[in-house]
Amino acid sequence: MLKCRSAWNKLAPLARSSAAACRRHAASRTGLQQMGGRLVPAAPMSTGGAGGGGGGQNMMYFLLVGATAIGGGVYTYQTVRGDRDRYEDRITEIASRTTKSLQHQDSYIQTQPSVEPAASLPVVPGHAPYLLIGGGTASFAAARSIRARDPGAKVLIVTDEPDLPYMRPPLSKELWFSDDPAITDTLRFKQWNGKERSIYFQPPSFYIRPGELAAAPNGGVAVLTGRKVVHMDVRGNKVQLDDNTEISYDKCLIATGGVPRNLQVIERAGEEVMKRTTLFRKVEDFKVLDSVSRSVKSITIVGGGFLGSELACALGRRSADSGLEVMQIFPEKGNMGKILPEYLSNWTTEKVKKEGVKVLPEALVKSVSFKDDQVQIQLKDGRVVTTDHLVAAVGLEPSVDLAKSAGLEVDADFGGYRVNAELQARSNIWVAGDAACFYDIRLGRRRVEHHDHAVVSGRLAGENMTGANKPYWHQSMFWSDLGPDVGYEAIGIVDSSLPTVGVFAKATAKDTPRAATEQSGTGIRSESETEEVALSPVASQAAPPAGPPQKDDYGKGVIFYLRDKVVVGIVLWNVFNRMPIARKIIKDGEEHADLNEVAKLFNIHED
Amino acid sequence: MSYCREEGKDRIIFVTKEDHEAPSNAELIADDPNDPYEEQGLILPNGDINWNCPCLGGMASGPCGSQFKEAFSCFHYSKEEVKGSECIDNFRGMQECMQRYPELYPQEEDGESSPNQGQSGSDPTTDSNSPPSTSQSAPSSDSKAPSEGQNAS
Repeated sequence: MLKCRSAWNKLAPLARSSAAACRRHAASRTGLQQMGGRLVPAAPMSTGGAGGGGGGQNMMYFLLVGATAIGGGVYTYQTVRGDRDRYEDRITEIASRTTKSLQHQDSYIQTQPSVEPAASLPVVPGHAPYLLIGGGTASFAAARSIRARDPGAKVLIVTDEPDLPYMRPPLSKELWFSDDPAITDTLRFKQWNGKERSIYFQPPSFYIRPGELAAAPNGGVAVLTGRKVVHMDVRGNKVQLDDNTEISYDKCLIATGGVPRNLQVIERAGEEVMKRTTLFRKVEDFKVLDSVSRSVKSITIVGGGFLGSELACALGRRSADSGLEVMQIFPEKGNMGKILPEYLSNWTTEKVKKEGVKVLPEALVKSVSFKDDQVQIQLKDGRVVTTDHLVAAVGLEPSVDLAKSAGLEVDADFGGYRVNAELQARSNIWVAGDAACFYDIRLGRRRVEHHDHAVVSGRLAGENMTGANKPYWHQSMFWSDLGPDVGYEAIGIVDSSLPTVGVFAKATAKDTPRAATEQSGTGIRSESETEEVALSPVASQAAPPAGPPQKDDYGKGVIFYLRDKVVVGIVLWNVFNRMPIARKIIKDGEEHADLNEVAKLFNIHED
Repeated sequence: MSYCREEGKDRIIFVTKEDHEAPSNAELIADDPNDPYEEQGLILPNGDINWNCPCLGGMASGPCGSQFKEAFSCFHYSKEEVKGSECIDNFRGMQECMQRYPELYPQEEDGESSPNQGQSGSDPTTDSNSPPSTSQSAPSSDSKAPSEGQNAS
């Protein structure tokens, strides 16, 4: 039976374009078959929902339609059920979109709002059986789930963005590594498996026009772009848009995501500084920062988390060719300091520096000003950083504007709309994605800001909006790559304030992702600087050393995060295709006497 | 030889391949095959089709979802001697729908498809009405054919 085992294996690759990652994944597939096999038989693939795209479609298409039939049907069956690996390859792929289709989409979007409401078909339907507020990943995943379970379902997505639903991870990852000068127009990226796809989940022809929703015989998904829901009437089951239009609903999803936070000192610094500051979230922000990075001499990123560190590495790589100065400042001691244990965070910072980034840790911004055509950042310790452009990557503020009118509770600790284990806020109202503060039966109350969580929670909300009554059960994961030496995937509660146990493979030269990249001859960046690969190249030698290696090299390993002696989070550090095992350990929630024994399950010495 | 040290609350263990060669004695809880909340594959334990299986991609949720479901249900539940032989009309309906969305359901195979295309390399658009007798040998698991068309548009 097709268990769609490695959910992450479809989404993680979604954003992995580097040849290194490609190599790693290709190699580690064997490892999964060897050991993942029967260990976690039911590890599901909830994540494929949105990431899946056309791969599955096309597969089914050729299977079912291609042969028109009976034999073909058998084939479908066998193939779909049997060929997991191939499916995993496919699921991340999507039918290519031609330039023509892009143009089509643009015109569609531009003309849509200008249509007169008085035309024969109303632009905005007065009623939507399924109303999804927000046009991001969670909404799209919910739409797909709803349509799958209720085939004639009429789904309306209302989004204040001008774009059809798209995925955000490539905006800070793959899109920066493209050689295509027209990348900001094509918005296509190469996945880890070498195939190209668009950041848009589906081309415009997938959707129907909002005005056609009411009459569509088989229903469909419509997207109302550039409109914002400003008021909810829960008792009346209706919402009001920013142009005063009202839409009633039967079931409603709130998937409003959030807006990037800024530092008060930047906001107070005046117009000239704000003009030179990017808050990064949307496709438009990518376009702007891409353009800025080609025209200025210096960019400074404020923030040491996922977004800040990924953008720093992406821009740092560009600096090798263009002479762009890239600085990153943050209050923690190292990159990802809130996520990774300190030793690993420090190690990561060294790697980020090798990407061409001038990293200033333990730097608190005291004030920002504009002087001599440049932005000056005064730090609390007296240092001054001068730069042309700022990127503030200091977290996300969940959008909970509807809480008041809808009478919904906002979580005091985590922010976001408080929902139960089934993601429900009130009758007929569910919340998914970044904006949902949900109850995880295993791990307690949480709010998660990751792509895969948007997929998983959106999908679950869609199921529950069609009567599934399921709790949050399948753990979402997340991943990040910071240059060729650091790639990781994680699950559960990964918080550096928790006690951790890290089990690392004593490195050999051939173990590092960099070595893998070099072997395949497809490095993702210029290899100009030298680096000592493998500081303790002893592991596979006949005689292991008696003492510790000269210097610790955290090339590959697994890190367990503990709460009350139970593993609540796991980072797979340069170890790929093992997420089902990690998910199983979190799901069990058992106390393990010896985590080194648990680490054995991950075969960290294998590819 | 493994080596272990602690930095505050964080414990760090380095292990060699040999250290980890002995089987793990960590105990995992046996999975409940009837876990009602666990996500299932394409076919549910009770034999029904799981339309929300991500393995279907957008098939069940896309513009031709209804037609796809009818055709696939017909086939799945078919008790005919030649399974699905009564479903020709359903499949035709599905294909007619798909032809209206060439961008979503590419009608031609990718020219770069791998040579081990195998049997379903026949153009799906041309002989939709002919009996698929040649496909009976299809269920080999190594054919790359059915999934190779995604770049077609």
